[in-house]
Amino acid sequence: MKTAQVIMDTGAHAAALAVKSARVDVVPGYPITPQTSIMEALAAMVENGELHARFIPVEGEHSSMAAAVAASAAGARVFTATSANGLLYMHEVLHMASGGRLPVVMCNVNRGIFAPWTLWADHQDSMAQRDTGWIQYHCSSNQEVFNTILQAFRVAEQINIPVMVNFDGFAISHCLMPLTLPSQEDIDRFLPPYEPEWRLDPAHPSSFSNVTNAPEYAPFRQMLSDDIMASIPLVKQAAQEYKDITGMWDGDTIDTYRLEDAEVVAFAINSMGAELRLSIDILRQQGIKAGLLRPRLYLPFPAEDIITALPQNAQVMVLDRNYNFGHPGGILASELKSVLFGRRNDITVKNRVMGIGGIDLTRQFMAAEIRAMMDE
Amino acid sequence: MATSIKKLPDIEQVLSGNGACGGCPATMGLRIVGKALGSNAIMLLTPSCSVASMGMTPRLGYNWPCINITFASAGSSASGITHALEVMQEKGRLHGELPTVFAWVGDGGTYDIGFQALSGAAERNDNIIFFCYNNEAYSNTGVQRSGATPRGSFTTTTPTGKRQPKKNMALLMLEHNIPYVATATVAYPGDLYDKVVKAKNIPGMKYIEIQAPCYLGWQFDMPETVQMSRMAVRSGAWLLWEAENGKISFNNPSSLIISGKKDAAPVDEYLMKQGRFNRLLKGPDAESRIAEIQGDIDREIAFIRERAKITI
Repeated sequence: MKTAQVIMDTGAHAAALAVKSARVDVVPGYPITPQTSIMEALAAMVENGELHARFIPVEGEHSSMAAAVAASAAGARVFTATSANGLLYMHEVLHMASGGRLPVVMCNVNRGIFAPWTLWADHQDSMAQRDTGWIQYHCSSNQEVFNTILQAFRVAEQINIPVMVNFDGFAISHCLMPLTLPSQEDIDRFLPPYEPEWRLDPAHPSSFSNVTNAPEYAPFRQMLSDDIMASIPLVKQAAQEYKDITGMWDGDTIDTYRLEDAEVVAFAINSMGAELRLSIDILRQQGIKAGLLRPRLYLPFPAEDIITALPQNAQVMVLDRNYNFGHPGGILASELKSVLFGRRNDITVKNRVMGIGGIDLTRQFMAAEIRAMMDE
Repeated sequence: MATSIKKLPDIEQVLSGNGACGGCPATMGLRIVGKALGSNAIMLLTPSCSVASMGMTPRLGYNWPCINITFASAGSSASGITHALEVMQEKGRLHGELPTVFAWVGDGGTYDIGFQALSGAAERNDNIIFFCYNNEAYSNTGVQRSGATPRGSFTTTTPTGKRQPKKNMALLMLEHNIPYVATATVAYPGDLYDKVVKAKNIPGMKYIEIQAPCYLGWQFDMPETVQMSRMAVRSGAWLLWEAENGKISFNNPSSLIISGKKDAAPVDEYLMKQGRFNRLLKGPDAESRIAEIQGDIDREIAFIRERAKITI
């Protein structure tokens, strides 16, 4: 491990620094709050020569992802970022990225979606992309954003599946926190240059994502489904090797806190996971054996790790920052129940939706919510 | 003088045995484009007839690497590829002459759903050639109206004839201040060839629109594609011109019509050859509706004649 540098930085700028140190080639970008500051930082880095890449100031997010997938097919390492409606606008092209097996990495700075307008965080935007075939991480700190982007490139390029790195708007994107920057030498050791197995090349004329008949189409889709599941060991390996090289650890597929002997388990993602550690401490002080299980990987859903990690007879309090419209409660709870069914009948799952459109989720509030849920 | 058809290179980038209709103007146009571009190129396609005719995976009727992309995205995806190639060359990962990046898109993917991404790529002056092969309708999905469908034309979504004039896409592209814009059609292959060769050697954004009479959509006899294309030019319904850095010059025979040295042929004859208009011509208000179509043509001629006088 080489000497690391510690600075104070926002989550958005930490993301830009990670992208720079990943030595990306192409960055298409379009402004949307609260993601904009990532694009501003990258545009400046390209302009002043700090980052040898092309910044393409596209005219909308649909084009942002369309430029990203095409640049990736040409053999480039590609990054872009978006939020909320920008992510929804990309939806069609997200499918092309995964179906085309193009290892684009994108940050989604979580924000509630229109209508009505809101600027602040919830997870409806990325949850609405659940079935696009992307791998999704959710980060709980600025440092984790930095670390995860580098891990995301590695996983994406190993298995040719695009990766979305999510983190909450403002709570992470705009707040200053200490940030440890590993040396570029260490990062280069962790993330080798991108060498695609295939690219658009006039020396090898071939069609890409052309029309298929069912006998060709179905295996493509099956392969994508299988490979998303097969990314779990790669996610673990990336986290472990990143730790070996940089000394930093945010968890792999999941992150836990005081979980081993817990009777009450908070289950949540993203920035809530950081604040919930403090809620757990509050509950412990009140004599409640509380713990935290935070899926760092939302997709593929780390079922086996969750099943293994949950203590016997635990009550799991799922705190969803999204709605599962057409069902009561949120999407995480639904995912968790489907995983536990028939495997862990000892577990009780309770669920509340909170923090929608940026409603502040304090340690006290969440501790009180968990207490109230215990009495339900 | 345009290059003679006899002098075009032997190279064939459109391979024999693809799935196009007989007399397909898009395929004819692409064949000429291939002779001008050669094999060192990357092709982008959006859903259109040229995708339907290129062969099903894994077969491929075009001798280039071909990427199919989302319908709205030809402009921005071409930008992504050209920037990727350029930066990879700068970083020493690609060597030799970079391939020409070109989009081959129908009028729906240009005038309508692809307009925003095309406009963005043009405004950024990204180094691509964007070809629109314009058959004046969504022919691939069975002939529905597009922004390129002329007034009076019957399509499956304009069952009594389209009521609005088409937009002038090439002029819109010209006003993006890009280095090269040209129009062409399959009846003048040498003219098309020369324009593609010119575009290939100009850095930045190039837009070439090829009028492509579709026998199925326009309802004429299959062997008459080229004849129909020639009648369009002679009637002034399609004008051949090019603009380098905003300065327009007209190509024969359109230059004779613009300069007044030759009268355009009356549009009636061109219209009567096409089933898509002749139903309208049999109606009670035929006279006034033909006058409307003639009025649209006259207006476009008058407009571009004056626009061409701006040479600064």
